[in-house]
Amino acid sequence: MGKAIINDIPVEFEDGMTILDAAKRVQVNIPTLCKHPDVAASGACGICIVKVKGTRKMIRSCCTPIEEGMNIITHDTELVATRRTVLELILSNHPNDCLKCGRNNNCELQNMVADFGIREENFKKVVRELPIDRSTKTIILEPSKCIKCGRCVTVCQETQNVWALSFLERGVETRISAAGDIKLGESPCVRCGQCSAHCPTGAIFEHDDTIKVWEVLQDPDKHCVVQIAPSVRVAVGEGFGMKPGTNLTKKLYALLRRLGFKAVFDTNFSADVTIMEEATEFVQRFVYKKGPLPLITTCCPSWVDFMEKFHTDMIEHFSSAKSPQEIMGALAKTYYPETRKIDPSKVVVVSIMPCTAKKYEISRSQDMFASGYQDTDLVLTTRELIRMIKQAGIDFENLPDEDPDHLMGDYSGAGTIFGTTGGVMEAALRTAYHFITKENLKDVEFMDVRGLEGVKETSVTIQGSKVNIAVAHGLSNVEYVLNKVRQAKENNEPLPYHFIEVMACPGGCIGGGGQPYGVSNEVRAARAQGLYEDDEASVTRCSHDNPFVKKLYAEYLGAPLSEKAHHLLHTKYKPRPEYKR
Amino acid sequence: MVKLSMAQLDSFKRKKEDGVVVRVGMSSCGVAAGSKDTFQKIQSELKANGIDAELMKCGCLGMCYAEPLVEIERHGVLEGTYGNVDAKAAAEIIQHHLVKGNPQAAEISKYRIVTSEKQIRIVLRNCGVIDPENIEDYLAQDGYQGLKKVLTKGAPDKVLEELKLSGLRGRGGGGFPTWMKWSFARGVQADQKFIICNGDEGDPGAYMDRSVLEGDPHSVLEGMIIAGFTVGASRGFFYIRAEYPLAIERIQKAIDQAHEYGLLGEHILGTKFSFDLEVRLGAGAFVCGEETALIASIEGKRGCPTPRPPYPSVKGLWGKPTVINNVETLANVPVILNKGGEWFSQIGTKDSKGTKVFALTGKVKNTGLVEVPMGITLREIVFDIGGGTANGKKIKAIQTGGPSGGVIPEQFFDTPVDYENLQKLGSIMGSGGMIVMDEDDCMIDIAKFYLGFCVDESCGKCAPCRIGGTQLLGYLKDISEGKASEDDLAKMRRISVAMQKASLCGLGQTASNPVLSTLQYFEEEYRTHIKDKRCPAGKCSQLFNYSIIQEKCRRCTLCQRNCPVGAIPGDREQGFWIVPEKCIRCGQCFEVCKFGAIKR
Repeated sequence: MGKAIINDIPVEFEDGMTILDAAKRVQVNIPTLCKHPDVAASGACGICIVKVKGTRKMIRSCCTPIEEGMNIITHDTELVATRRTVLELILSNHPNDCLKCGRNNNCELQNMVADFGIREENFKKVVRELPIDRSTKTIILEPSKCIKCGRCVTVCQETQNVWALSFLERGVETRISAAGDIKLGESPCVRCGQCSAHCPTGAIFEHDDTIKVWEVLQDPDKHCVVQIAPSVRVAVGEGFGMKPGTNLTKKLYALLRRLGFKAVFDTNFSADVTIMEEATEFVQRFVYKKGPLPLITTCCPSWVDFMEKFHTDMIEHFSSAKSPQEIMGALAKTYYPETRKIDPSKVVVVSIMPCTAKKYEISRSQDMFASGYQDTDLVLTTRELIRMIKQAGIDFENLPDEDPDHLMGDYSGAGTIFGTTGGVMEAALRTAYHFITKENLKDVEFMDVRGLEGVKETSVTIQGSKVNIAVAHGLSNVEYVLNKVRQAKENNEPLPYHFIEVMACPGGCIGGGGQPYGVSNEVRAARAQGLYEDDEASVTRCSHDNPFVKKLYAEYLGAPLSEKAHHLLHTKYKPRPEYKR
Repeated sequence: MVKLSMAQLDSFKRKKEDGVVVRVGMSSCGVAAGSKDTFQKIQSELKANGIDAELMKCGCLGMCYAEPLVEIERHGVLEGTYGNVDAKAAAEIIQHHLVKGNPQAAEISKYRIVTSEKQIRIVLRNCGVIDPENIEDYLAQDGYQGLKKVLTKGAPDKVLEELKLSGLRGRGGGGFPTWMKWSFARGVQADQKFIICNGDEGDPGAYMDRSVLEGDPHSVLEGMIIAGFTVGASRGFFYIRAEYPLAIERIQKAIDQAHEYGLLGEHILGTKFSFDLEVRLGAGAFVCGEETALIASIEGKRGCPTPRPPYPSVKGLWGKPTVINNVETLANVPVILNKGGEWFSQIGTKDSKGTKVFALTGKVKNTGLVEVPMGITLREIVFDIGGGTANGKKIKAIQTGGPSGGVIPEQFFDTPVDYENLQKLGSIMGSGGMIVMDEDDCMIDIAKFYLGFCVDESCGKCAPCRIGGTQLLGYLKDISEGKASEDDLAKMRRISVAMQKASLCGLGQTASNPVLSTLQYFEEEYRTHIKDKRCPAGKCSQLFNYSIIQEKCRRCTLCQRNCPVGAIPGDREQGFWIVPEKCIRCGQCFEVCKFGAIKR
């Protein structure tokens, strides 16, 4: 703790706090283009400069810790003029195509230029034309729009430990690219999209499928159905000025019908199905010793891709249950048309996901064509959906509440918390407990697996047996957990964990790479809270109690891990080379 | 060799020997000038004449303008320094000086060099005196005596006190007090600390550090070992740019020899103190001379600076406290500890103590390495040591501090040189480049050259440096081509100031210095370029207006035949003229005309 002064206002601060953060305590937001709450300060943009009163030297507030007795000025004529010049310099190095840029109206650079009232270009334009990299079909790299803030490189290397992105060349030639100057699609990129969620400009952008979705919706020959991922409902409102965590499930159902979908399903339902399969798998391995432990969750396509590239020794530990998106896709082209007597070849499955990697998942292997067709046809991220709503001119906020199509629309509380870190684990434990004990838990909430701690370790006792669990999110946190498993295996020691949940993005899907911009831990916590409240408000808290899940098994699949379930709802994994040539 | 003990160290001390020593300067520059031939000739001459003399290969003697250099010493007294000694001259010198015993012989007086007494050699004390590849030579010159004193007293705080008393400041350019840097690192608790010697000298025209590394490697080694002992580090790195192969070779040899003699490794000189060193090569990025970028480079990362704080002395290489000192700073350390901080503090000015090595180049007669006490005036350096201009033209300015420095016009030449004074004049001390310019040098051209260097070397991380530098260079180019407007000068000032204030590291913060200082002192020259489209120094070729002086033209057709764009019509009957619209101002006609008939 210490005391300092900012703009003549006394401020108290904790040790190590930066000037930038301390200034927020006195209601000053020092402008910056490179600092993001998720990444360590790099000092790249040079906008956040401040002065110590009485000196002329300017220091970067993003990376300078505030010290006892410091007297800081955050704006005076000279500071504002210098910031303005730097901003004009950045602008001189940035293409002028705001009107047709994906970030138009939602761009940190554009906003700041507007705030500074820059009306003319004083300096010469020095923009390097660089090829656009569309090779991943999920994330588009447009390096000429990059302002070299370094956020994407830091999240890719430090937060995600993927090291697909890198800066190449030097000086004014500096550019972002897949490391080694190859195509991103040939790199170790796992398509998590965290780079795109952190980019302040339009340099990294999700592949846009909205036009394709409009096309299929208008095609009289197609029967379009849709599914909404758990975490979308608590984030989509941010696109309309609502608070993070605002639960808009029922408005989304209404919206999607108005957009023209013939059936509106909920990925929360298929999450319940995933749990039925995965919890059964766990019980098989834990109680009946059929298969190796720990069991590792596989709902996250970036995590699956990461494992297939970097942790192939863990393949046998992976749950073979497909992700909720793919389970919904497979059922929407078999169970649904069979029940409704529709031609499955006409069904188009669109999913609304918080995630860019889901665009990759729909064709990641032959198993994604289990219905005989591509199970899921198109994926929109939350950000794309927001644009679609605006294109359609729908007054989203004032839509009436509607219900989903019940066949695959009703969900349990366990299904909804899939969207946050720890949620899959919690949901699986609720059902695994039931499968083992034939009873339901009295208290279904596992507080130890909740929250934004990078790795959460705890244990749960089921019928006298201790189940050790770990939950990791943010791919850089995986190493620690997996190494503990490896070490134990090597030394023939007891297993550190029996069950591991991994989600690639920090916070899980609520912090997904396709979610609305402006994510931070506060936003993540608010979105997670929205899901936990949804869970609490649910009549059914456990997947196995969902009446429509029961109906699905009774009328169609038989039992979890049945032959039919195996065919439709399970997949295999294979090592993938880190670099393709 | 058995590892040395403290007592044994003294046995190497130089005794006033009888006999003759002949030294040949064999640094990179000497070798390039042909000193290998000189050496061989002397060797054979000595043998042929039966003269019993010790022939030594030594480091840089500093007088680059007169390489190859030879010195002859008798009974420890220097009898003569000879310059421009090729094989023929070598034979003459040996003949007269040693065989006939007449050092004053008129036949060899043309080779004799008299150096200015204004130089004081502390850093360069052994350069050109000892054989850098022989540790015993260094030991003979009180080598490792500073370390011995430090280890005998055994108190790191004593070292800090002595350094504080000496007033030594970092010679890499920043001028940060060395004792303070060391005491920060000493004050941090850590399981591992590091010492790094910054040998990434990259300023155009500067070679102070190379000369020390090549000519006296052990003094830098000794400085690092003392630093290690003082801050509690057990490992150190020499970061040397790969373009210095001879320096790398000699440092490696010095490390190996120090190991052999028990001056590096476990239990140095039989004490509990252990310290080891290794060499890391820089890949040629100028910005890797900046502390944090240098650390990133050693760690194997992209060589880009990171924000400070945390300072490397608290959190440096691999997150551990790290002291990074420049070659010249470290070479000062052993002498200070051997002779005492009090002695060192007698030299120099109030705030800048000791000496500074400069690489004096440009339009000056005696180019070379000079070591002068702080406080000496620029005029003394340029005229008394440098001998003024070689061509008799008027000296216009001096550029100090390398690409990050500024240009100081002649009217300020009486300023005593120290860190603060140079900064007040809009330049910096830098690592010690000093380039003298005369009337033929165009200030826009100079600014363009230095800024161009920094633009090339910008790591690209921070916006002010990355984009600001490029923009400035664009304006300078426009000015030199007559395409700029006077409004551009205000824009240039605005960008320059923003770069100074908002760049992340020293490179960006100082990259605009050449522009600002030339604008400050030579604004008229800028305006002449812009308004009159004329370059007074005759450097900016795009501003030339070539024409043929008919009275001088002999109609030889050479210009016409050499013009690459056919801009010179005419024939021997009518004469020749240049069509300005076609002329690309390449200067071919000017070059080839034998009669001075082309005007520009």
